[in-house]
Amino acid sequence: MDIVVCVKTNPDLQMVRIKDRVAQTDGVPYKIGDLERNALEAAVVLRDAVGGKVVALCLAEGNRKAAEDIKYALAMGADEAAIVDDPATVSLDQAGVATVIAAAVRKLGACDLLLFGEGSSDNYTGQVAGRTAELLGVPQIGYARKVEAADGAVRCERSMDDMLETVEAPLPAAVTVVSEINEPRIPGLMHIMKAKNKPMQTWSLADLGLEAPAPVREIVSNLAEEQDRKHILFEGTAAEQADAFVNALIKEGVLGR
Amino acid sequence: MAELFVYSEKIDTARELVAGGVQIASSLGMTVSAAALGPNAGAAAAELASAGAAKVYVSEDPALDGWPADAVAAALAQIAGQAGAAIVLVGSTRRGKETAPRLAQKLGAGCVTDVNSCAIEDGELIAGRYAFGGATVAREKVTTPVKVFAVMPKTFSAEGATPDAGKVVNVSLTLESKVKVIDRRAKEGDHVNLDAAPLIVGVGRGFDKREDLALGDELAAAMGAVVGCTKSLADFEWLGEDRIIGLSGAKTAPDLYLGVGVSGQIQHTVGVAGAKLIAAVNKDKEAPLFAMADYGIVGDLYEVVPALIERLKSV
Repeated sequence: MDIVVCVKTNPDLQMVRIKDRVAQTDGVPYKIGDLERNALEAAVVLRDAVGGKVVALCLAEGNRKAAEDIKYALAMGADEAAIVDDPATVSLDQAGVATVIAAAVRKLGACDLLLFGEGSSDNYTGQVAGRTAELLGVPQIGYARKVEAADGAVRCERSMDDMLETVEAPLPAAVTVVSEINEPRIPGLMHIMKAKNKPMQTWSLADLGLEAPAPVREIVSNLAEEQDRKHILFEGTAAEQADAFVNALIKEGVLGR
Repeated sequence: MAELFVYSEKIDTARELVAGGVQIASSLGMTVSAAALGPNAGAAAAELASAGAAKVYVSEDPALDGWPADAVAAALAQIAGQAGAAIVLVGSTRRGKETAPRLAQKLGAGCVTDVNSCAIEDGELIAGRYAFGGATVAREKVTTPVKVFAVMPKTFSAEGATPDAGKVVNVSLTLESKVKVIDRRAKEGDHVNLDAAPLIVGVGRGFDKREDLALGDELAAAMGAVVGCTKSLADFEWLGEDRIIGLSGAKTAPDLYLGVGVSGQIQHTVGVAGAKLIAAVNKDKEAPLFAMADYGIVGDLYEVVPALIERLKSV
């Protein structure tokens, strides 16, 4: 079974600081998103069970070290990597990313199962999987917490808002995973060394027969919220604090209604 | 007049979208229509038609059973096409968030998901959503002729909608789903509904061990509140996943959120930022939750919470 895992790298959010309400990303290292690690783990486990190949597919999207960062996916057990690195991918919106991924999947040729995280760690729009599935004309299963494949079909247990569903779709299909699906492995030194010799292809948009996709949305602003809160702290003994606190909440009308 | 068209498989969310849609549509000179899809859609349609939608399109096509993304997206695209919809609002539940991008792709439309605020500026709908893991709010506009927005439940209030006698229109659609539902069951756990809770006590890592959470339960009971938690407590399996508040759980909008032993990491606080009042109990006065709190007690929760429980007895 040929599995393609779509892997996004994004700035390490733990290291993003806010200055004058603006997120500071200069110099912040990128890493593979958390849910993409879950998707990679699921892919490697599935390949080990049913045979086949795992390809990690990544759009550089302005990450100059994407080729370096994607080696982590190879160390986790992916067999090959493919990167689309083109200046025109730096500020693509989700429709543009899906267009590029669909073209790259077609160029890869064989793909039975396309795996995604249910959203990226940074912006978490969850759009790329559904758009890509539509472009490729394949069914999609979102929020999988278990993935099995047999007899030309994929069967998933998916975690919805208030229920669990077991669903099945014929391959090829696109599946997104949630964090509870597995605990992603942390590759050891041996696997990191071996990853260096695994095949990696790098494509430009022209290699995929694409021109830069036209944007379909515009970001008007992207700022940290200004908090408008009262900031009242109560002093004294625990009993005094509790008394003043409860009195304040009664006055606000949220207690003693 | 161009149509603003709303859909959610959850009737409460659909009613909110109708109410919010009416406001947006009146600023933009549009009319509001809705879709009700799947088994028993007829009943939902009648409700939406009386809640302010001028027209409600209904299909009980069997392919819509279980609301698979491929069939629902196809249904909405066909209806939007027939109706000449210029704006589509979909409820950003898990099913809705899965469906909206596929719908947008079918319509050649831009899309914004997880929208939690809407504004009209220069005749354009500007949608707000969290970005950078919740650290910022991105305000986005869609630049295609047809625009799709997946709007979070509770972004709009269904209250105050002007009841109207809308028209229910049965539509015939060409649908197929390749996704087959084998089994469906309710999630285990105690099924707390944090979305609807007016008062929430959030518990976090300030509790030393699992048994100590009884203190949080007792406080919540004394207030008539529901207990929610940070993701780490669910990761420890101290509480079920349906208690998680934040980026990977519920986005709540209670009248009061009281965080006890909750430091206030952004991944959690995006789920409480919508609270009318935020309060915090923490022994660390530098805890980020205090910076976004209306009321706070700096103190050891093991002393403060029993004092609160005692005080609440006389409320």
